Amino acid sequence: MSNFKSMFDLNQIDSQGGKVVTTNQQSGQAVINALEVRNLNFYYGSFQGLKDINLDIEQGKVTAFIGPSGCGKSTLLRTLNRMYDLYPGQRAEGEINFYGQNILEPGQDLNLLRSRIGMVFQKPTPFPMSIYENIAFGVRLYERLSRAEMDERVEWALNKAALWNEAKDKLNQSGLSLSGGQQQRLCIARGVAVKPSVMLLDEPTSALDPISTGKIEELINELKHEYTIAIVTHNMQQAARVSDYTAYMYLGSLVEYGKTDEIFIKPKRKETEDYITGRFG
Amino acid sequence: MNTITNVDQSIFSKRKRANTIGLTLSMGAMLLGMVFLFWILSVLLYKGFSAIDLNLFIHSTPAPGSEGGGLANAIVGSLLLVGTCTFFSTPIGVLAGLYLSEYGDRSRVAAITRFVTDIMLSAPSIVIGLFVYAFIVAQAKHFSGWAGTVALALIAIPVVVRTTENMLRLVPGSLREAAYALGTPKWKVAFKVTLRAAQSGVMTGILLALARVSGETAPLLFTALNNQFFSTNMNAPMANLPVVIFQFAMSPYDNWVELAWGGALLITFAVLGLNILARVVFREKVQG
Repeated sequence: MSNFKSMFDLNQIDSQGGKVVTTNQQSGQAVINALEVRNLNFYYGSFQGLKDINLDIEQGKVTAFIGPSGCGKSTLLRTLNRMYDLYPGQRAEGEINFYGQNILEPGQDLNLLRSRIGMVFQKPTPFPMSIYENIAFGVRLYERLSRAEMDERVEWALNKAALWNEAKDKLNQSGLSLSGGQQQRLCIARGVAVKPSVMLLDEPTSALDPISTGKIEELINELKHEYTIAIVTHNMQQAARVSDYTAYMYLGSLVEYGKTDEIFIKPKRKETEDYITGRFG
Repeated sequence: MNTITNVDQSIFSKRKRANTIGLTLSMGAMLLGMVFLFWILSVLLYKGFSAIDLNLFIHSTPAPGSEGGGLANAIVGSLLLVGTCTFFSTPIGVLAGLYLSEYGDRSRVAAITRFVTDIMLSAPSIVIGLFVYAFIVAQAKHFSGWAGTVALALIAIPVVVRTTENMLRLVPGSLREAAYALGTPKWKVAFKVTLRAAQSGVMTGILLALARVSGETAPLLFTALNNQFFSTNMNAPMANLPVVIFQFAMSPYDNWVELAWGGALLITFAVLGLNILARVVFREKVQG
């Protein structure tokens, strides 16, 4: 266990920077990182939103980002698929290696990158088209499927998002006709349908009721077998329930990062403990 | 009065008086507007209704001194002019609006386009008519339907551009982000997601532009002019309701004046219909 602790210690990661495969001491299996963030600094104009972030996001696991509002967790998520690129004046420095490829290098095909690293947002954002078309839209961008294959894909994606039973009889109705929780699951289905390798979830349940939240959390547990997931959440219990790793951020810096069990039960830093126990934030 | 509340009665009654005065003033202003609106409408209905019969739709405008006649040539001419105007100004206006909202945004070109559009929006229509006269009619040496179309389009395009831009701006950025997050290229985000989300608002803008141009007289006086005969030749002068009304209303012939009233009623109903349609289209979007 002590090995484990030291392995995810922030300083330890720094010293291991750049290594793609590290060995998981406990199970003896090789750990593959989907994303490795190295010395990442992010600027909104002259304001520095992220300060020297270093962390690894392990393949097939759920990594949660927690911290008070404005700490940079959403910013960090938005650098991972370069969503910030849509806005002039926002820039990132450092490295983000996506299976060894630094996505911050110039000349990246951002559309292709975003089809590999999907994202679901805080507010449900169904497109103004039918439920079926909402899902087919993204698939058609990168794949040429026959009608039957597309039908199959739509059903598969809706099943993955636990929405098939509710939506199968109204695939031709507008995506906007669904309830908020259903809309959010439609957005997850839409993201899953293009078969990305990483899914970024930016507070996916903060606009939902507890039952919808529960469904989406079950979904996250289900999805992590096939996808690498990074989730931003304000809800500490949620981070504890769904994630394998947790990163605590404060004022643009990564304060502590490690196994969720350890962060929540025995955080190493006083700040993390204060935040998690509700003494702060 | 009531001992339970600690309301100061003098302040309360003062506020009630102010409320009554304000309400009376605004009701009066509303009445003043309504009186004139209904006055115009009732005169129009009274004088125009008697002119509306089948002959209005099947006969062309009569020659001076002859009896009867109708507005068939003017109605068809107006439909042609407004129709071709819509055909050309819709894509130009929508694409320009799309550029301003999705592509140009804060660029210099967009700022200039926006400025010019705003000027065009408030430009007197007679100036636009003169402009087209100088550049098309004078060059071609004859009046034509096409010149009328161009003049109307110059009035309609700025309306479509501005409403399209405003409607696209109402589309939340999160919807665009969600489309980008799937790896959607920019043009597809703009056309398939953003424009689609704003489509009923854009449609409303087009309908309102239509309503605006269908009553325009000044730009047509210099361009399409008028034609006493039935014609669908866009290269020749073309009859149209506004100019017919303008000329016939000032004529000494009783049957001409009556036809002018009939035409005025037709245009009023058409504009009213377009406005109602625009509201219905927009409301459907808000609900669905």
